[in-house]
Amino acid sequence: MMEIMEGSHAVAEAVKQCRPEVIAAYPITPQTHIVEALADMVADCSLDCEYITVESEFSALSACLGASAAGSRVYSATTSQGLALMFEVCYNVAGMRLPIVMSIVNRSLGAPLSIWNDQQDSISLRDSGWLQYYAEDNQEATDLHYIAYKVAEDHNILLPAFVCFDGFILSHTYEPVDMITQEQADRYLPAFKPYQKLDCRDPISFGMYATPDYYLEFRYEIDQAMKRSAAVFEKAGKEFFEMFGRDYRSPVEEYRLDDADTAIVAMGSICGTVKDAIDEMRDAGKKVGLLKIRTFRPFPSAEVKSALSGVSRVAVLDKNISLGAKGAVALEIKDALYGSQVPVLDYIIALGGRDVRRKDIREVVSNAEAGIGDLFYGLRTEVL
Amino acid sequence: MALGVGCSARPGKARDNKTGSWRVFKPEFDHEKCSRCGLCSTICPEGCIRDDEEGLPVPDYDYCKGCGICAEECPSDAITMKQEEK
Amino acid sequence: MAGQTCDLFDCGHRACGGCGAALVSRLILDAAGEDTIVVSSTGCMEVFSTPYPETAWKVPWIHSLFENNSAVASGIVAALKKQGRKEKVIAIGGDGATFDIGMICISGAFERGHDFTYICYDNEAYMNTGIQRSGATPYDASTTTSPAGKCATGNPLPKKDMPKILAAHGAPYVATATIAYPADIRKKVKKALDTPGPCYIQIHAPCCTGWGFEAEKTMEIGKLAVETGLWVNYEMEQGEVTKVKKVVRKPVEEYLKTQKRFRHLFRPVRNDTEIAKIQAIADRNAEKYGIDIKLKKD
Repeated sequence: MMEIMEGSHAVAEAVKQCRPEVIAAYPITPQTHIVEALADMVADCSLDCEYITVESEFSALSACLGASAAGSRVYSATTSQGLALMFEVCYNVAGMRLPIVMSIVNRSLGAPLSIWNDQQDSISLRDSGWLQYYAEDNQEATDLHYIAYKVAEDHNILLPAFVCFDGFILSHTYEPVDMITQEQADRYLPAFKPYQKLDCRDPISFGMYATPDYYLEFRYEIDQAMKRSAAVFEKAGKEFFEMFGRDYRSPVEEYRLDDADTAIVAMGSICGTVKDAIDEMRDAGKKVGLLKIRTFRPFPSAEVKSALSGVSRVAVLDKNISLGAKGAVALEIKDALYGSQVPVLDYIIALGGRDVRRKDIREVVSNAEAGIGDLFYGLRTEVL
Repeated sequence: MALGVGCSARPGKARDNKTGSWRVFKPEFDHEKCSRCGLCSTICPEGCIRDDEEGLPVPDYDYCKGCGICAEECPSDAITMKQEEK
Repeated sequence: MAGQTCDLFDCGHRACGGCGAALVSRLILDAAGEDTIVVSSTGCMEVFSTPYPETAWKVPWIHSLFENNSAVASGIVAALKKQGRKEKVIAIGGDGATFDIGMICISGAFERGHDFTYICYDNEAYMNTGIQRSGATPYDASTTTSPAGKCATGNPLPKKDMPKILAAHGAPYVATATIAYPADIRKKVKKALDTPGPCYIQIHAPCCTGWGFEAEKTMEIGKLAVETGLWVNYEMEQGEVTKVKKVVRKPVEEYLKTQKRFRHLFRPVRNDTEIAKIQAIADRNAEKYGIDIKLKKD
């Protein structure tokens, strides 16, 4: 049913429909509306779950880790500094192969302190072994939660997942969202069946340490599971498409890319602005298209290479930067296109919540056409 | 053998590690002096002393590290530490 | 009580010979039984008992990180509650994990009132990393980061009063114990597990490697700690001390001189000033907890 909903509330509703048994979360802007909405549901008995009001994000994910190991479906949400505080636990959860799903309401990392949006937080956990899915709008942010649980909990995968969507731009914005019903959600996502759990009838030791004889193999196994998850994501997307008509089968999404000279590559809510700008540029006779990255981990290199095979240049919009190198998305694109002659130009853009308008996208494309790139876009040089 | 997912394992394999090879001194039990109080089997950090059906302590030398706590604490002085002969 | 106490903690673990912490593991499991889930912090006990795939634990066991065992335990308790399961949950940490790095997680879990028992095996320094000072290291103990030297007499700070801190959180049952009295440990573990809410037990676990004594003296040193008043065995219920082990007190130097970590107080020259300060700590303990058995004068 189509409803006008705040992004956070739509996500909370989807989480409720996934029937988490344990939620542990710590409040942080701009994630708060999600965990407040879930607390309301628990208080009103519309969500039957143990809700732990922990004393830090570090404990939030640690409690989720324990509950997941004990055989429950669990949920948390965080952002920015909160995710940074979880860093150690994030690696641990992935290494222990616990299928926890966590919403990341993307926000920049200090210093300087900023509550506004970019994607530095989740990107900084790039190598942690969590699946990373990015949403363009509130509908996608909502739907990706069902899909994330399905992929994460697959016994052939067993990896945790971030569902990332932009703080404020999506989380605090009202948009029409088509919510599926609880019955539909139950049909799509059956009750959690843990692969193994802490159980006195079948005692298992979890989280042992590995000597050099074993560590490499355990890391290999995680990487293999990450790679296998691409096919499981496609399958979960296909089921979702068949049941609800919305299409998330592909790890990337192309927009007017077929005959494009310039391809823009981006993740998250900026894609909406890019699409509008592309329509304008197309009307003006410029052949521009978009390649949206939906799954950053695992990274869909083959799909990227195929989608960008015919273009003359690639302009990557990175809402993050690996300081001293480039934006994380650009690095992946360059890797995917290695050996081809297509220039890849990187634009560090919109850090710390700087607004991006259609004219900015047009300017990026003009820059790319002139071969000007690998820069911070929109620098206010007058304050430097 | 497939790896335990997430570095997990079921019990049983610890016994593959025969810690008795660490031993320098070996406890010898004099059952004549033993009062069957059970203290040695209770306080052994290895848990490698068992009481037989008569309540007499029987060490498992596969695992005994020879720490000597049992000999030190035995109220009947029924345990003596002897240089290990290898 | 005699005998088969090793059923749930297997032989073949890699603790040093004479390890107090290894004995703690055995005694806890012996008292708790098989319907128990154990959460271990990173540390000696975790490392000596679980090199993959050789686990010594025959109950469900989990290790996540150094500082989060009580947060992990919170999640397990919540999941068990939701699933309608009745297993008991024990979190075990060394003194570094408990007094220092895990403090925020322990405080949170105790404040929230989860039904679990936290057991600290207290060997009074970071043993797993090589005997560095922790908040549990006693005054004047020489460690690798608080060494005795020409202008230092070892650790310059007093031991943190963790039991009191957790009692102040509203913990219904808090107790201290030492491996020298195994039956007492068993009794206290059972009592903690039978008490609803977060309970805390701190167990004095002598470490022959870190404290510098012969392995066979582990039990004797545990007894001396109690007999000199440097360690007090007591129980607190609802914040009140309800039971204390009383002793005919010995001078502290009988405890100090058994261990290399205090050797600098006796050699090359005896340091009467410092020994007197440590004696004063024992005297304050004795007064605070009323541990002295007064011998009748003939």
